[in-house]
Amino acid sequence: MDLSKKIVLPGEEIDINGFKQGNGLYFEDGKYYSYQLGLIQVYNNFVNVIPLSGKYFPSKNDKVIAKVIEIAPSFWVLDINSPYPAFLHVNDTPWKPASGELGKILNVGDTVYAKINEITESRQIWLSIKEPGLRKIEGGHIITVQPSKVSRIIGKGGSMVNMIKESTGVKIQLGQNGVVWLDGEPEKVLEVIKILKFIEEESTASGLTDAVRSRLEKSR
Amino acid sequence: MSKGSDEIVYGLKRDYLEKISSKGTRIDGRSPTEYRPIVITPNYVLRAEGSADVKLGKTRVLVGVKIEPGEPFPDTPNQGVLTTNAELIPMASPTFEAGPPNEDSIELARVVDRSIRESKMIDLEKLVITPGEKVWIVYVDIHVLDYDGNLIDASQFGAVAALLNTTVPGSRYGLEDFSLPVNHVPVITTFVKIGKQLFVDPSLEEEEVSSARLSIATDENGNIVAMQKGLSGSFTQEEVYNAIDKSIEIGKDIRKRLFGR
Repeated sequence: MDLSKKIVLPGEEIDINGFKQGNGLYFEDGKYYSYQLGLIQVYNNFVNVIPLSGKYFPSKNDKVIAKVIEIAPSFWVLDINSPYPAFLHVNDTPWKPASGELGKILNVGDTVYAKINEITESRQIWLSIKEPGLRKIEGGHIITVQPSKVSRIIGKGGSMVNMIKESTGVKIQLGQNGVVWLDGEPEKVLEVIKILKFIEEESTASGLTDAVRSRLEKSR
Repeated sequence: MSKGSDEIVYGLKRDYLEKISSKGTRIDGRSPTEYRPIVITPNYVLRAEGSADVKLGKTRVLVGVKIEPGEPFPDTPNQGVLTTNAELIPMASPTFEAGPPNEDSIELARVVDRSIRESKMIDLEKLVITPGEKVWIVYVDIHVLDYDGNLIDASQFGAVAALLNTTVPGSRYGLEDFSLPVNHVPVITTFVKIGKQLFVDPSLEEEEVSSARLSIATDENGNIVAMQKGLSGSFTQEEVYNAIDKSIEIGKDIRKRLFGR
């Protein structure tokens, strides 16, 4: 039986067919059931249920785009579009501000591209920007998409997002949490926003890359 | 936490919108005086005396009208009574809280009320049953179902659409049914200022980054019937005059398109 691309309802039984139990499933009385409304995906011998929509659920080493919502004496509190706030300690940044002067580096409303460094047992999320590529984001525009659709927007090996970047000349940075940073000409940015919304809506369709390519060519 | 994380705006979103606004460009590609698609369904609630469902882009508002006999105010014994109420329910936005009305819902109700009252849209003098004792009381209830900016315009269009299709339920009280007597059709137009540019019908993103807001209601004769200024920013005299001219123009178009008047 082809498990992939089947949409399941919460509580629907899933025959995992010799594969291992992945995310979004639970085990009861010898059977597997789905936790959420989502799409079945088989990956590396694991069966996962990818939710059709919902908040971002953080996992370690994800790269996210985060917004500063509060400043504490030695760390910042950030919103990562998840049920829990995230924290960024000064020691996990390349900067060394004097104590109590964190606001001079990152103020409320500022945006950073960060990595999820650690998730404690009590679901405290600690971020880090001490890695090449991670930084404070300046300029450009921010939009949000469904976090579960981010991998579809990236495409296999980045094929989809690279195609959009090349065709429109817009700089795109995707956070796993569904926050997307765009920088370029306003008309082109608008074009990219429309294409991202199109991918989001049609994410279950097959031949999506071709559909996006033809849209990109038409708009040129 | 003083402000919820949803209420804090991405700083670079603000910069970006201000940057592109200098060329008169909007984030969704509209022109500065262009409304989002408006869909109005009158008589949406069959059991109400009048109602309308308004979709303005992704903003959605349901307006219901209820009419009951009651006592007039002592200073206006020969007039019916108009009461407007707005409810911002938590379902519509993560930033709306349940509980007693807050500043925003009171402002929304009052601005909609003012445009209807001051335009003399409803002929309140025809809503008298026994002078000084019994008159018809018109309740306009605004329910915001989905919030994506510009609640004032969506609610006002909904209230007008609902009142234009309202029947006074006389037969329920041993009198005769009649259509609500309407004299004028006021239309409100809301502008926001981003950078140095004015834009009509702000989306949620635009509302979040705007410095000032101006709502102007006009009637079919081009009279200004109500105004409301919001937020802490300011307008120049020239901007206000321009906004008034545009609101009369847009009002004419919307009155024709939506209400056929």
